[in-house]
Amino acid sequence: MTSARRRSYGVKGAPYAHPSPTTTLDRARSAPYFFLLPATILFALFFALPIGYAIWLSLHKVQVKGLGLGSGARKEVWAGLENYTDSLTDPELLAGALRVLGYGAIVVPVMLGLALLFALMLDADRVRLAPVTRLAIFLPYAIPGVVAAMLWGFLYLPDVSPFYFVLDRLGMPQPDLLDGGPLYIALSNIAVWGGTGFNMIVIYTALQAIPAEVYEAAKLDGATPLQTAIRIKIPMVAPSLVLTFFFSIIATLQVFSEPTTLKPLTNSVSTTWSPLMKVYQDAFRKGDIHSAAATAVIIALVTLVLSFGFLRAANSRTKQEAAR
Amino acid sequence: MPHTKLRRLVTISVAVTLGATALAACGSSDDDSGKDDGADSGPVSLTYWSWTPGMDKVADLWNKGQGKKDRITVTVKKQASGDTLVTKILTAHKAKKAPDLVQAEYQALPTLVSNDALADIAGDVDGVQDKFAEGVWQQTTLGSDAVYAIPQDSGPMMFYYRQDLFKKYGLEVPKTWEEFAETARALKKKSPGTDLTTFSANDSGLFAGLAQQAGAKWWTTEGDKWKVGIDDAASQKVADFWGGLVKEGAIDNQPMYTPSWNKALNTGKQIAWVSAVWAPGTLTTAAPETKGKWAMAPLPQWSAGENVTGSWGGSSTAVTTDSQHKSAAAKFAAWLNTDPEALTALAKEGGIYPAATNAQTSGAFTEPPAYFSNQPDFYTQASAIAKTAAPSAWGPNVNVAYTTFNDAFGSAAKNKSDFGAALAKMQDETVADLEKQGFEVAE
Repeated sequence: MTSARRRSYGVKGAPYAHPSPTTTLDRARSAPYFFLLPATILFALFFALPIGYAIWLSLHKVQVKGLGLGSGARKEVWAGLENYTDSLTDPELLAGALRVLGYGAIVVPVMLGLALLFALMLDADRVRLAPVTRLAIFLPYAIPGVVAAMLWGFLYLPDVSPFYFVLDRLGMPQPDLLDGGPLYIALSNIAVWGGTGFNMIVIYTALQAIPAEVYEAAKLDGATPLQTAIRIKIPMVAPSLVLTFFFSIIATLQVFSEPTTLKPLTNSVSTTWSPLMKVYQDAFRKGDIHSAAATAVIIALVTLVLSFGFLRAANSRTKQEAAR
Repeated sequence: MPHTKLRRLVTISVAVTLGATALAACGSSDDDSGKDDGADSGPVSLTYWSWTPGMDKVADLWNKGQGKKDRITVTVKKQASGDTLVTKILTAHKAKKAPDLVQAEYQALPTLVSNDALADIAGDVDGVQDKFAEGVWQQTTLGSDAVYAIPQDSGPMMFYYRQDLFKKYGLEVPKTWEEFAETARALKKKSPGTDLTTFSANDSGLFAGLAQQAGAKWWTTEGDKWKVGIDDAASQKVADFWGGLVKEGAIDNQPMYTPSWNKALNTGKQIAWVSAVWAPGTLTTAAPETKGKWAMAPLPQWSAGENVTGSWGGSSTAVTTDSQHKSAAAKFAAWLNTDPEALTALAKEGGIYPAATNAQTSGAFTEPPAYFSNQPDFYTQASAIAKTAAPSAWGPNVNVAYTTFNDAFGSAAKNKSDFGAALAKMQDETVADLEKQGFEVAE
């Protein structure tokens, strides 16, 4: 079908005029660009342009004259890298980054560990009610992050939480979950609760794709279910583990809604708890979009370096293993 | 033949397009002429961004009455309140698309003016000034000859307490802050699980109001320079007072407006609240079960016999520089905030406490709020207290000071550490931000 069409195209072009072979060739050459056009336009409009604007903003600042009242008192001037140096030397941004690092150190391993565990358990030979269980674990992912954070926030507040009521009745100690170290656990818990299901589905789908012959061979070799899981299943779903890890790193670095939602409930979450919250503060409460843009660009770069760095490291390891 | 057909089609479509452009041009030139004289010769349509509930009904009164005569129609677009709206106005102003009229809290006015978003309407509002207390009016002029807004509602601060529980614990209503501290300690002794109140770091307006009462002037001008007095003696006194109470555990340190706080008010775990005239509304939703058990008294004073209060909240109506019909907009703003009929409607529909002094004793305020049915003279007292409001002094970066307050006082309250240090941090950050923006700052 395709070849027939191609031929007719050539045949049609050939007998008429002399220069036509070149025009057909030109047309054929430009065709891919033509097909790329919609994507390119969308990319330029909704991706490149906003990024370019953010970078442009980050290189400018507002300069005020005198009291700054009345018209013409404010103008946008070139700032060079000033916003970037300010942002990088701001101790609050560093502190926020460290807090997020601590948070990520809990969230990522716990969430992915649980997701892998659940996926393996659901994939085991003898499992009852698998569809129901799968849905139950996945369901929290369908709940919007802000709603989840509010839900958990209410459960963390000693005065209104049923957990604390039970602990109180049992005469057990009642830890303050919204302060100090436990705050990290409280925040991580929300993310783990919401994210495990999604990651589990990704890993589970990869497990389903493993050919049955592999298991059969394992069984013939006398592997126990546990051995099959550790020696066969986990290595074979490694690519999806890498993928989920990659997504989790990005999600962690961009944590915003959980701490923002818990903020009004406690004095322990500051308005600049995570780097992204600082961007929001600067842009929308302090009205300084220029330094907010600079911080946003820095966060984007760090996210890019960390996530692609990880991807590269993971890829080279897989290649090494494949070569062995 | 097909070529001519195509050509004709192209010609027609070009003609149509040109025609449309010409029509549009006519339309816009009409708009321009309307802007030029500004004196509302033709029908004028205004847009108003406000968060007051029921504002559309008040605007309808205008559209059917005065507005019909003057051929000025006002359309209300409901908005989110406070800081969020300031951001939205500034963004719209960047695109030169801000609405004609906006609602703005007093402390946001310098920020908006400094961004050249608000128009000076001094020429259009002659004689309006007399309707307001001086301390309130001065907030809309920023100490200049210009008028950037018309005051709408005010938030004189008061002391709210559980009448029944004060009796039960044998407490007197404190007249001075010293007595307030004694009351807190006495309550702790009698009932260790109960707090008089809490120091909350999540609403900077409360602390700002308390500092005003003590005589603080956070932003003032000296010639062409701003002077920041957040760390002045008066504010330090207030910070140390509350910091001391938190440190010794006489009052709670948890933020307000949380489910915990609601429960504490509802169950009598906290028995007082330093708040403003709008408190009945908040208490109605926060502590519905204690309706009729609360009472209002003047704010405790720094020295006996004094009679000063601060302001917490309150907002104004302003005309933007983007408006094509500034005079018409100013006319509506003046009507909205001084006309008895409009103010009665505002009080009834929007539940606001008007800034205009004559309205505070008008028909809408003869009955106490339903929540305070036990205190028949609620609004008579409120109006007397409103007259004692200390002037406030706002600057172009209140938002920065307020954000710093949230974080610095939040962590000081949590750690029960020095509130004075938190105040100093607030001062430093505010000055640093001004300098960074290029404002001249006096030492």
